Order: sequence, then C-alpha cells, then structure tokens
Amino acid sequence: MRRNTIWIRTSVSLLFAVCGFLVPASAQNVGNAPATDHFDYAELTKAPAKARARKNPQEGNTEAALVGRKLFMQHCAECHGATADGGKKAPSLLVDQVQQATPGALFWLLTNGVVRRGMPVWSKLPEPQRWAIVIYIKTLGPPASRDAGAK
Amino acid sequence: MKTLIAATVFVLLFGAQASRAQESPYMVTYDHYLEEPGNLEVEYFSTFGTQRGGNPFVADWMEFEYGVKAWWTTEFYIDGQSTFSDSTLLTGFRWENRFRLLQHEHFINPVFYMEYEQINDADKILKEVEGHDVESDNAEPNALARRDLNHELELKLLLSKTFNGWNFAVNPLFTKNLLPSEPWEFGYAIGASRPLSLNASANACNFCRENFIAGLELYGGLGDTESFGLHDTSHYLAPVAAWNLPSGWTVRLSPGFGLNDNSHQVLLRWGLSYEFAGFGQHISSLWGKRQ
Repeated sequence: MRRNTIWIRTSVSLLFAVCGFLVPASAQNVGNAPATDHFDYAELTKAPAKARARKNPQEGNTEAALVGRKLFMQHCAECHGATADGGKKAPSLLVDQVQQATPGALFWLLTNGVVRRGMPVWSKLPEPQRWAIVIYIKTLGPPASRDAGAK
Repeated sequence: MKTLIAATVFVLLFGAQASRAQESPYMVTYDHYLEEPGNLEVEYFSTFGTQRGGNPFVADWMEFEYGVKAWWTTEFYIDGQSTFSDSTLLTGFRWENRFRLLQHEHFINPVFYMEYEQINDADKILKEVEGHDVESDNAEPNALARRDLNHELELKLLLSKTFNGWNFAVNPLFTKNLLPSEPWEFGYAIGASRPLSLNASANACNFCRENFIAGLELYGGLGDTESFGLHDTSHYLAPVAAWNLPSGWTVRLSPGFGLNDNSHQVLLRWGLSYEFAGFGQHISSLWGKRQ
C-alpha cells in the first residue's frame, strides 16, 4: 500500500516536472484553517461610489433568482460552497459584509474579481447573468440584511 | 510509465469534479480571461489543411491548461501531424504562460503571453501565423522537414475587452528563433465573439442559446525585422463557434479560409475540451496535505 502511494506521488511529481507545471500555488491555501478566518471583505468597500449606487435591473424578477442559483452552482459553488457558506478557497457569502453590501458593489466585485486573492474576473459572464447571481446571493441572507442592501 | 498514466487518469477521472466551462470560441486569438485557479483544462484540437504543391494534412495537438493563480495560467502543448500519403509524427512541444497585468477590469485589459517552443519544421498546427510563413513551407516531405528542430521564444500582448456581451481581442505577436542569426518575426490575431443569448435560462440545458458563442477571427504574419510588411505573408479569416455544455465539455469548430495565394485555401479546425475543477487541491492532497 505504502509502496503504491510512493509510486503515485513519484509519478505525479514527474508528470508535473516534465510538463513544466508547478505544484499548484493555489493549493497553498488548502490548510486546516476555518473557512472564513483568513479572508477579509475589504475589497467590497473599494467599489467606486458610482458602481455601488447602481441598481439591479432585474430587481423583483423572481425568475432571475432561479437563474442566479443555477449560475452560482455552475461557477461559484466550487469555491464558495454549494450553500455559499465558504470553502477553503473563498469566503462565506452569508456574512453581513456581503449581505449588507449594495447590489452594485456585489456586481462590481463579481465583474472585477479579487485577482491577487484568487478570485477571477467574471466579466466573461454577460451582465444579465452577473446581476442574476447578485439577486441569488441576496436571497441567501436574512430579510433584514436583504432590505438593507437593496437601499 | 503505466503507473504514471494510471495515476494521472485516476486523478482526472475520480479526483476532480467537472467545472462548467465558459470558454471562448477562438482557435488562435486569446482574450484576457485566464483559467480559474486550481482548475485543469484538457483540450484536444485538430486542423485539416489543404496543400497546393503537396498533400493535405491533419495536425493535432493536446493542451493542458492549468490556473496557477487568478493572474497566472500555464499551459503545456504536445503537437503532431499526419500528412496524407506521407507519415504521422510528433512535431514538438510548447510551454506557454499568461500573466494578467492589471488587477481590475479596465477599458482594455492587457495580458502578457510568453511561450517557449521546441518544434521541428514538420509542425503544421498553425496555432499562430508569423513572419513570412507561407503555404509552400508545409509542402516539404515530413522526412526532410522533421530534421530541422527549432527553439523559439514567442511573446504576445493580449489586449481584450468585453462590452455588451461582445468580446474584442487583439494580439500582436513577436517571435524569435533562439539562433542568434535569426530575426524577430511578427504577426497578429484579431477576434470578436458573442454568446447567442446574454440571458440564461433557469434550468440546466444543453441546447440553450447562451451555451453557444460565435465569432470571427483574422490572423496572419507581418514579416520580420529584416523585411517588415505584408509581402510574402499569409492571412486567414475564420468564423469560430463554441458550444459550452453544462457537463464541463466544450466543443469548438472553425472553418478558416486563406486570404491570399500564400495561404492554405482551407484550414478546418475543431476541438474538444474538458475542465476539471479543483485539480490542484486533489494533487495537493495526494502529497499529504489533508483537507
């Protein structure tokens, strides 16, 4: 058994060496730390005022939340978790910092990513799809925070 | 060797989940979107080319694209080709790296591209067209062409913008054969593409319009430092289309047409790719970092 493990490790190591791939630096974040302890939400506060003030054009569209849920599962759940409560690579979206952020700020963050912290830019998703994700994220918090964010 | 292959296949098949790809349809042009960190995309592409003064060919290549960071993607290629009434052979490998230069989205988003190639003259994948590359270069029999091995450095500046669902990308290209006597060669690729629908449906579906992206790309050579310009260069115009499936598969198709007498008349390309989410984490856990 142990010999097999050594073989697998050696083989994979060789594969990466030959291919020139580095052992994933992103995997350095894979530790035993709690999901959200090492994340901060400061990036949300960096959204320009104009971006923060943007209204969600799909606000009130009940279909949009379903679309947003599908898109969240396809593109976001991998890192943020299927219930958006955070994973090893990305923070929880259920916390007040996110739930009380304006839809415009969330849209801005989704569009621009947090590249240096591992979140890709998602401007490749068309605008209506990004707004639908924002609507879905807003449905995950308690009603009070949803109202606060929408104002 | 068998163990190596088995371990890799095991990790690919059972260790990583599929990720819903949102891939561009381009075959030659690059936009500014990089691979998501920790994800591995395995891609197979094939190009059928007509050849005046020689035999048609099918050139294939495999790509292994890995997101090291959100701002850094690395990619390894293996090239090969089969020329009708001639032979089939591997023609070399490439190692490519793309670095996002700016943190946020801007009016134009630059990505720096750097690639090392070790390919012989029999390589026909035409992943880029540069310098004075012309159709007749590929008419040489494989047995002769494979003797010349080239070490090349290729640099590109990937400029891209997505606006109202449209992506526009321009890639100037600079290539240097590492022999000191060889000049710098230049080329370009320009692309535009858009999903068929900007709105998504609420249900997972294979044939929804938002899963299809269509576009057009134009690429060709611009001479070299000794003779810059359009003379003795080849150029292609190619409609492109991609079908992104919810299962993680992407299918691409592109019929390309030569725009002058120096170009192959037809380059018919297609590709199939699959994205594995969390591949890096699974490799990491194999190394003993428990999650």
